[in-house]
Amino acid sequence: MTGTSTAIELARIEKWFGSGDDAVHALAPTNLDVAEGELVVLLGPSGCGKTTLLRMIGGLLEPTLGLLKVGHKELWSNGNRQGQALSELGMVFQDANLFPWLSVEDNIALPLELKGMGKAERRERARELTKLVGISGFEKRWTRELSGGMRQRAAIARALSYNPKILLMDEPFGALDAMTRDTMNLELQRIWTETKKTIVLVTHSISEAVFLADRIVLLSPRPGRIDTIINVTMPRPRSLDVQATPEFQDIARTLRHRLTEIS
Amino acid sequence: MSGPVMRDDDIISLPPPAARRKPMRESLLPWITTPLLVLLLIGTWHFYVTTTKLSAFILPTPYAVWEAWLGLLQSQRAWNNTLSTIYVTVVGFIYALIIGVGLGVLLGRIRWLELTLNPFVVATQVIPKVALLPLFIVWFGFGATPKVIVAAVLAFFPILTNTVLGVKSVDTGHRDVMTSLNASRWQIFWRLELPSSLPYILSGMEVGIVLAIIGAIVGEYLGGNAGLGFMLVSKMNGFETDGLFAVIVQMTLLGFFFYFATRALQRLLIPWHQSIAIR
Ligand SMILES: Nc1ncnc2c1ncn2[C@@H]1O[C@H](COP(=O)(O)OP(=O)(O)OP(=O)(O)O)[C@@H](O)[C@H]1O
Ligand SMILES: [Mg+2]
Repeated sequence: MTGTSTAIELARIEKWFGSGDDAVHALAPTNLDVAEGELVVLLGPSGCGKTTLLRMIGGLLEPTLGLLKVGHKELWSNGNRQGQALSELGMVFQDANLFPWLSVEDNIALPLELKGMGKAERRERARELTKLVGISGFEKRWTRELSGGMRQRAAIARALSYNPKILLMDEPFGALDAMTRDTMNLELQRIWTETKKTIVLVTHSISEAVFLADRIVLLSPRPGRIDTIINVTMPRPRSLDVQATPEFQDIARTLRHRLTEIS
Repeated sequence: MSGPVMRDDDIISLPPPAARRKPMRESLLPWITTPLLVLLLIGTWHFYVTTTKLSAFILPTPYAVWEAWLGLLQSQRAWNNTLSTIYVTVVGFIYALIIGVGLGVLLGRIRWLELTLNPFVVATQVIPKVALLPLFIVWFGFGATPKVIVAAVLAFFPILTNTVLGVKSVDTGHRDVMTSLNASRWQIFWRLELPSSLPYILSGMEVGIVLAIIGAIVGEYLGGNAGLGFMLVSKMNGFETDGLFAVIVQMTLLGFFFYFATRALQRLLIPWHQSIAIR
């Protein structure tokens, strides 16, 4: 029962930017349910509304129309973000967006500080998290002393710090080189298995999508809407070698063909 | 795949020893070149005065200036005047800092307020502020107050504009982080806007403190009975050119002191910033 409960519900969510003649229809009415513990990947050509959709789920952007529930709680009511629903969400952006004036540890514990947790407790939690994301020993460093991959790890740790049920990630590894990206994908799979979070991840990379996803939601542009949904049932944990299997390549090929048709 | 695989775990590499981390030459260079250049300058000055047999009223020898400056250091009145200039500078600067940062934060955040007040802010910049001094003297008398105001008005503008710039330059990605964490306005100010603008505010302070000194000295110069600016006038009236130079030396040292104090403040407050890290 609990395993199939929904974490995120979108009912006819729609987004317009601007008004009148200049209005951009960024997302046509969209329905989507994400189950608890599921890893959903949003894939699509540039400008198809992936970021828009994710930012709406993350409470950074208000939908023009439609109903959006996170953990069975409405995210927006009368134009106000609901803090309760928001605390179920953790966001990871394409740029790590760490604060350069805080140490790695203080960055990771920033959400806890905002929630009023004491210093000793925060430090301990930050220590656990650096271990989880694989940057132990860097707690006291400035963020500029980290590599790009390590910064993303710290950003993931920050999003996990207050133990939200859902992790939203917008091209979190887009700025990394192919090898680091592979490593980060493996790490993300491990973190996801260990923490049992629900994850919605946006990416441009077909192989990243197939490797990580339980379900791939392919979006098409102008206006953005769901084109196809593909279930990926390959067993877990997946190793990087899974990319050589026929099943993986079938899905990747289908996606590639569909992507060229719609862009 | 074939062929032996090279492994290099045999090669032991140690980090460079701590003392040599910083490039030696760069940090040492000014300590050698500055005294040399100063010596050269003083030498030229001395040579010029002695060979042209210039009158000491026009240009005294460096040695005479040195003597006069030593004399200054031993005179209680000179110290009182120095302290009085320090007082005017510091108090004026603190007013400028409080009002500049406070107003800057408001203007940086509230668009309509910025649009409304901008003409007045620009006016405070273009108005020849020193020309207002007689007015301040009429209003506040010959004491320290009118000078404090001139110092404050001069230091105010760079602090204000830099604060506005700082608040506006807050990274939108950083804002998104705070929004997604449901931070309150107050938390956004203390945890994001203030630290993010601090490098801007501090570089405004760097300019502001120097302007505050100028304001203080000009204030004392034009309408005072105390301070280094006032001393300057009395030395001039007494045709004590060496004394005049000694006062200028004293003022310069004061300027250095305040300037390095703000630099030290930067090291203390924004050690994370690249402007500090590179040095
Ligand atoms: N703030 C905004 N104002 C106006 N239009 C916007 C705004 N943000 C996005 N759009 C428009 O909405 C559409 C979807 O943009 P979005 O950023 O969601 O695309 P995306 O799928 O994330 O693209 P990419 O893969 O390049 O990141 C685009 O046409 C874009 O121009
Ligand atoms: Mg995007």
